[in-house]
Amino acid sequence: MNRKKWLVAIAVLVTAITIGASRHIFGASADGKAATPVEVKIDNFSFAPAVITIPAGTTVRWTNRDDIPHTVVSDDHTTFKSKVLDTDEQFTYTFTKPGTYSYFCSIHPKMTGKVVVQ
Amino acid sequence: MKREDHSAITAPGDGEPISHDQHHDGIDRRGFLKCMAWVGTGTFCVMKGGVLSSYSLGALPFRAHDAHGELSFVQISDSHMGFDKPANTDVVGTFKTAIDKINALPVAPEFILHTGDISHLSKPAEFDTVDQLLKPASAKDVFFVPGEHDVLNDDGAQYRERYGKGAQGSGWYSFDKSGVHFIGLVNVMNLKAGGLGSLGQEQLEWLEKDVKRVSHSTPIVVFAHIPLWSVYPEWGWGTDDSAQALAYLKRFGSVTVLNGHIHQIMQKVEGNVTFHTACSTAFPQPKPGQAPSPGPMKVPAEQLRSVLGITDVQQVQGKHALAVTDSDLA
Repeated sequence: MNRKKWLVAIAVLVTAITIGASRHIFGASADGKAATPVEVKIDNFSFAPAVITIPAGTTVRWTNRDDIPHTVVSDDHTTFKSKVLDTDEQFTYTFTKPGTYSYFCSIHPKMTGKVVVQ
Repeated sequence: MKREDHSAITAPGDGEPISHDQHHDGIDRRGFLKCMAWVGTGTFCVMKGGVLSSYSLGALPFRAHDAHGELSFVQISDSHMGFDKPANTDVVGTFKTAIDKINALPVAPEFILHTGDISHLSKPAEFDTVDQLLKPASAKDVFFVPGEHDVLNDDGAQYRERYGKGAQGSGWYSFDKSGVHFIGLVNVMNLKAGGLGSLGQEQLEWLEKDVKRVSHSTPIVVFAHIPLWSVYPEWGWGTDDSAQALAYLKRFGSVTVLNGHIHQIMQKVEGNVTFHTACSTAFPQPKPGQAPSPGPMKVPAEQLRSVLGITDVQQVQGKHALAVTDSDLA
């Protein structure tokens, strides 16, 4: 009896560790911390990748590698809005709600991108 | 000033049909346009009583009295004060050279038009530096319109505080000088995702009212940062609602549109309207489609000043088109 209970306890413990580890690997965590951000590069007047698909709770990080300043602004101008990013400056935003978020550079509005949150 | 073949940088934009003597008024537009093709090399064209004369600035001693007009002003653009990347690590130096060129013009300009991107990051120190550098200019009056780099972070509040006193809305205004009606427009505000430059309904309504009281024989000069014609929409080089603005100007015999933003000279004539874009005093940009993006274009250091420039504009008795001359900073 004791042995069986002990085996069950170990099984539960191993399962818990596995679940915890897999949540970490796939970038989702209940408290939003320690998840690897998805990178978007800004260069040559474009966002790359232009379209990304991510699970809810993911943080996206934009890095400006261009030699001209850019911004990252959601089409509605309110959901997210970076300050002006000069070369090598970054902007991050964590997408908690599922949906499609189109954005653009408010200085050079022909530059557009999209984040699809599932 | 170098007399080099600048055709690679300054050749007029191609593709658009050009109208010749449509109005049978004796104005030699074909000759005018042939002349305009050479302006990048320092040729000065003057219209006097409908007759075109051209003077080569390098070859002849300049006969100022021949070219003296009733009104003379200079356009500078895209100083991007604060820019410090490889395309030009000394935008202060090249701006100073532009002022020296202005001060060396045979006919002193009455005032300067700055068609925007005064600063690079809308920083107060950047605006301050431009103000300081303008002080030694022979022309004491400077009129501005903002570029998209001048209205970052605060919807243009700082720009208007510095340069928009007396202007309306986001900074548009008009004034008269020597019988010419000048209109400064703002097309860098409230830009929409995927869009081009934008004037907006309020400004268009103001423009319609503003020109109603102006006689059709008064020459008009419109200045705005982003081109008011479709230079290259893929790179944002155009204004979504400029057609409506130009419709309000259709009845005028002479309209000159001066823009910046693209950091190179492009020209187009459509009926009574002459469109002209100026060089930057900071760095050049590639010709449409000839690079992956319209970013700063690096050239060999010794060539930099030859691809930057100022634009001299003269009105001479004899109405119709103003004489527009570009010179580089070499």
